[in-house]
This record gives sequence, structure tokens and C-alpha cells, in this order.
Amino acid sequence: MKKSRETFMNWLMSGSDPLEEEMIETLSDEEAADEHKDEHQNPKKERISIKEFLHAKGLYHPARIICSVGLCLVLIVLLMGSVMDMPYFGQADTLISSEVSEFYVEHTLEHTGATNIITGIILNFRGFDTLGESHVLFIAVCSVIILLKMTPREEDALLHMQDYDEIIKDQGEDLILSSLSRFLFPLICMFGVYIILNGNISPGGGFSGGAVIGAGLILYLSAYGYKRIRRFFTFNTFKTVSCLALLCYTASKTFHFVTGANEIHVPIPLGTPGTIFSGGLLLPLNIFVGLVVACTMYALFTLFRKGDF
Amino acid sequence: MELWQNIPVALIVLPLVFAPLCSVSKPKIARFLALFASVFSVLLSVMLICKVGNGNASFVYKMGEYGAPFGNELFVSGSEAAISLLFSSVMMLSLFAGLRRIGQEIDENRKSLFYTVCVLLLTAIQALTFTNDIFTGFVFLEITTIAAGALIFVRSKEGSLFAAMRYMIMNLLGSGLFLLGISVFYCLTGELLFPQMKEHASLLVEGGRYIRPLSVSLLLITLGLAVKSALYPFHTWLPNAYSGATPAASSMLSSLVSKAYIFLLIKFLVRAVGLEAFKMTGVNDVVFIYSVVAIVMGSVDAVKEHNVRRMVSYSSVAQIGYIFMAISYGSKEGMAAAVFHIIAHSLAKAMLFPAVDRLTEVSGGNENYRDLRGSGFRAPIAGLAFVIGAFSITGIPFLGGFVSKIYIATAAHDYGGWVMLISLGALAVSTVLNVLYFLRTVLTIYRPGERYPLTRDPSRRPYLTAALFMFACLNIALGVWGMPIMHLIESSVMAW
Repeated sequence: MKKSRETFMNWLMSGSDPLEEEMIETLSDEEAADEHKDEHQNPKKERISIKEFLHAKGLYHPARIICSVGLCLVLIVLLMGSVMDMPYFGQADTLISSEVSEFYVEHTLEHTGATNIITGIILNFRGFDTLGESHVLFIAVCSVIILLKMTPREEDALLHMQDYDEIIKDQGEDLILSSLSRFLFPLICMFGVYIILNGNISPGGGFSGGAVIGAGLILYLSAYGYKRIRRFFTFNTFKTVSCLALLCYTASKTFHFVTGANEIHVPIPLGTPGTIFSGGLLLPLNIFVGLVVACTMYALFTLFRKGDF
Repeated sequence: MELWQNIPVALIVLPLVFAPLCSVSKPKIARFLALFASVFSVLLSVMLICKVGNGNASFVYKMGEYGAPFGNELFVSGSEAAISLLFSSVMMLSLFAGLRRIGQEIDENRKSLFYTVCVLLLTAIQALTFTNDIFTGFVFLEITTIAAGALIFVRSKEGSLFAAMRYMIMNLLGSGLFLLGISVFYCLTGELLFPQMKEHASLLVEGGRYIRPLSVSLLLITLGLAVKSALYPFHTWLPNAYSGATPAASSMLSSLVSKAYIFLLIKFLVRAVGLEAFKMTGVNDVVFIYSVVAIVMGSVDAVKEHNVRRMVSYSSVAQIGYIFMAISYGSKEGMAAAVFHIIAHSLAKAMLFPAVDRLTEVSGGNENYRDLRGSGFRAPIAGLAFVIGAFSITGIPFLGGFVSKIYIATAAHDYGGWVMLISLGALAVSTVLNVLYFLRTVLTIYRPGERYPLTRDPSRRPYLTAALFMFACLNIALGVWGMPIMHLIESSVMAW
């Protein structure tokens, strides 16, 4: 604590950030070491910038650029032209039937028990779309793991070279951030949980609440570093939680599809509208979606930042 | 509702359950799960086609308690069942055929995720096949797009990242155009389910109202899906992506991903827009011009190419052109021919990639076709599979490609006029070019060379051999019993 106060005072007085300087130093050391290594191993290897690479592939040809700009202009003109002809918002004599939206507005409460109509629609009426949408998140995270997650070999190499966590700035020293996060992190998580649990009553639901919790985890990581967040959130936690949440989600949706299509009436109590335990399956579904979204948000952040958990 | 009518939802949900399980398990278990899911899908879709194929039955499956127009729905008829069987069997056979390659080429830490991606791809294409709702189509189209990207860059090979980048840029452009098209269409009709959309669209066409936005949205949707399935001027991502991926992934990309988009387009055009509107807006002429260019230029590119895998990839461009040409006639016969060509081409192309890979493997790993001399003797089954695939794509009788070319020509004949002449000319030119590049390779494969012996290669590949044998049988079966399958497809397309 004393050291961090010193650092803070230094920063305040001199205007220079010691952490930043340290990072620049280590980075330049690393680069120098890198260059050294390259010279020894394969002196012919040159680094090519992306622009040069594209030039070499013949993708920066002026004709291509002119063509693509022209194509964009044609598309803009086409779309603008068609927007002119489209029906105005709320115009009376269009074919847009009010039947569907009227049904949603009037009967969602009675059929799903949700006072928040949006949740009723996305998790009940059009639940299949939402099931697909959660798996879009899942496959996006899988792809990013394939692309960015370090293999144990790469990790070992990095750890031998430097203390990798130090390079990635495993702070825990930023006084302002860590003191503020001590108050904010629990609040943010509580708010996220509140949004998820109240998804069937008030605006919100799994997607938004999960995003809030994910943001809370990212804040915790930025404030306290990897060592502390690993105490309760590792790659295995991520895998277990998102796998279980997706499995439960798929299972309960499948139950819904099959009973609905086969006209099997399973009396799931809808509860008293307006209380948390209402809306039948909506509450657990919101929780599953929330877990998936929170894990995905955090995983994407940390994979892009460090390539690992 | 009878018990067997739950098969479509089982086909979608079963791989969906296996995907998270694959992602958390060890590579060997993940491989077993993925193979199990694909085998089980094949069994389920065989059961479905037995039930549906009998009495031209078609039915709607509500996803939940509420059907149209409030909730999601699936729609099943003969064509859907046939395409679903095709997709699951191609998935199973290409996984088996490429199993060894997957083991060699993909990093140990990424294997389970590779199988996860395959299983999710299977779910997504089944959902695209059965969906009765354009927005569900878009959601699963996103999964397909990301899965295909992952299949390309999962192989740690130089250039695969670049190929994946190009793929992603073009495909996201396609998705964007498709989404724009859907939203304009939704603004006009106010519906998302196919039958209700069709009712409203036909009212618009009869009343002559909002014709310009209608044609723009149709154009956007058609072009978006054409970009995603690599119609000629938008095909630039295709050769690198197909030849850079591992053979199983190449088979999936060419036979499942692009075909699923085209099948969605066919369903959308027939069931949601109506063919009258399609023809009246003139979008079919645009598609026709693109497809003729694709047929000729794809074959020319393939002739110029000396790398076998890239040559096979370029031949896909020409074949996609055939399918779009059949679509552009705007008749139900044309659509049925397009569906049949999807089946014929998928079976042939999914067989060619593993076969080519095996042939290059026994020739020292060199991919130039001149280096393959005598490889047909070293790997007899792969050689035979290559010959059958090449002949099917060229259109030799008793193979799938011949039947579909006849039906495409018949549909062109029904259309008549200049379009018929141009189509038949394109078909003829392309067939000659196909013969040029495929025959030259087939002759090389069976010509003795000095560098390698002509005896059988000592290495054994039981899975690959079995899968290639199955593929070859399917191709021949499709050629010999093409009529009943075409009858099933035609009757269901007529009833759409």
C-alpha cells in the first residue's frame, strides 16, 4: 500500500507513469532479443508489412480500388432509390398486418406469464432463433480460441524469455482502479444478476445482464490482474460453465419444442405475473443465456489481450 | 402428430447437444462424439426419407406451442429430407475419409474444437435445410459462416490465415447484403415465415405496388447468397480456401456450406417470393448472365491450373454456375434440376478432395498434376474414386452428373428462345473444357512414371478406402436410380 502511494505521488508530481516506462523498457529489450535471435537463426528472414504483402499479392491495384469504390456508389444509389419507394413508418394502407404484433401485445402475458413482452417473444414464441443466437456466440468463442489461444509450447517459450504476466502488465498496483473496483465490482455483478433475474418482469434479460456481468469481470481483471482472477475464474471454469449452461438451455428448449409440437400439455406453473418466480421456463432460460453471454464476453476480452486465461 | 415427425427436430438438436460436450472433452473422445453424431444423423435422415418419400407427405413442425405467424416453424417435404440425408452422409463420409489427415495436420490442442466446429456446422446446415422462417435462416447462416471460417484457419499452415481472411471479408459482405434484403422484404410484407410472405408478396405483385423495393430486396438476397456460395465474379476466396484447408474441411466447405446457402435460396424463391415475382422483377436475368459467365470462366480457370487441388476447386466455380443457371429459369422444373444438381455435385466433389489428397500422398506430396504419374496404381481405390468423381462432374452416363445435366438442359428447353441457345452452348463448352482438364489428369494418374514404382503403396488407410468406396457407390447409385430421386424432388418442389 505504501509503495503504491509512493508510485501515485510520483506520478502526480512528475507526470510520468513508472509502469509505462517499465513496460517500454521490457518491450524494447524483448524486441532487441528477438532481432538478435532472428539474426542468428535465419538471417535472410525479413518482416513484411501487411501493405507490402497485399501489394505482392496484387490486391492493391488501382483498378481494383476504383472498381470497389464504384460498386459501393452503385449500391448506395440503389438502396437510397429503394428507400424512397418504401412505405412510410406507420402508414395505414400497407400489407404489414397488425395481427402479429397485436397478438404479441395482448396475449404474451396470458400465454407466457411474462410482463416483459420482449423476453416472452425471444425466449418463447421465437425461442428457436434465440437458441441459434446463443450458439453463434459459442462458435464465435470457439473460433477465437482456435485462432488466438496459445498452445502450451508457445506459453513455455514466452515464460522462459520473460515473465509474461509482467509484460502483459499484471498490475494490481493501479491505486485508483483497484480502490474503485473494490466498490464497483460487487455492484456491477449484483446489477447484472438483477437484470437477469428480472428479465421476465422488467426490461433486460439474459443477453444484457450477461453483458453487464462480463463487463464486471473485465473490470476486475484490469484492476487486479490475472493472478487474482484465476482464483475463481480459469479456462476450466469457463469451459464448464458455458458447456453446462448451453446443455441445460438446449435441453429445456427441446422440451419446449417437442411438447409444444406434439400438443402435450405439461402444466408448468406460470406464477403470479410481476414476481420473479413467474413465466415458467423463462427465468431458468434467462439465467442460462446470461451465463453463456458473461463467459463469452470475458473470454473474448482475455483472448484478445493475452491469448490465454 | 406422429412420433416419426419429431425426426427433423432431433436432427437439429442432437448435434447441438454434442457440440459443447466435444469442446470440453479430450481430442479422442471429441472425435468419437463427432463421428457418432454424424452417423446417428445419417440413420435419422434415412428414417425420415423412408417416411416422407412414400406418400409425398409434407408437414409443418411448430417449434413451440404457437405456429405461424407467431412462432418458429420447420417445414419438411421430400426435397428437404433428401437434402438432409445428403448433408449428413457427406459430413459422415468426409470426416471418415479425412480422419487421418485431421490427426496429422491439426494441432493437438485444437482438435477437440475442430470437431466442435464440425458438429455445429452439421446442426446449422440441418436447420438451414428445414427452416420455414427466413430469420431463422439468417441465424443459422451466421453459424455456418463462422464455422466455415474456423474450418479454414484451424490448419496451421502458411497462407491459411490469409485465405480465411479473404473468405471472411467476402462472406460477411454476403451476409450483410442478405440481411439488408431480408429487412427490406420484411418492411414490405410484414412477415417472416415463408407461406405468409408469399401471400403478401403475391398481393404486392398483383397490385403493382412497391415493385422497385421488392426487386431491390430480391436482388440483395440473391446476390448475398451468391457471394457466399462463390458465383463467378465473387469466387476469388474459393481456390485458396478449398486448397488450403485439410481435406475433410475442403469436402465440407464445397459440399455442405455453399450448397446449404443455395438450397436456402431455392426455398426462399419458391416458397416465400413466388416464381412469378422472381421472373417479373428481372432478377432471374441477372442471375442467368452471372451463371453463364461462371460456367465458362470457372472451367477456363480450371484448365489453366496445374495444381490438382486448386483445379478441383475451380471446377466447383463452374458447377455452382450450373446450379444458378437452373435457378435462373424461374420454373419449378429448373428448381428441381438445381436441387438434383446440388446432390450430384456434392457427392462427386466431396469424394474428389480426399481422393486427390491420397493420390498426392503416394506421389511424394507434390500437388502438380504432372507429378501424379502412376499414382492410380499405387492407390487403386483413390484412383478409381477420382475417375468416378471426374466422370460424374463431366457428365458421363450412369453417374449423377449426367442425370442432372439432362434435367438442366430440359429445363432450358422448356424456357426456349435465346436463353435456351445460350444455356445449351454454355453446357457444351463447359463439358468440353471439363473433359480437357479432368481427362488430362485421369490419363496422367494411369500413366507409368519413372520416379515411383507401380506397385501398391504399402501404407493402408482403411477408413479412407471405405469412405471413398461408399462415395463411389453413392455416385453410381445416383446415376442409375436417378429417376425415382428426381421424381421425389420434383413432386415436392411442385407442391411447395
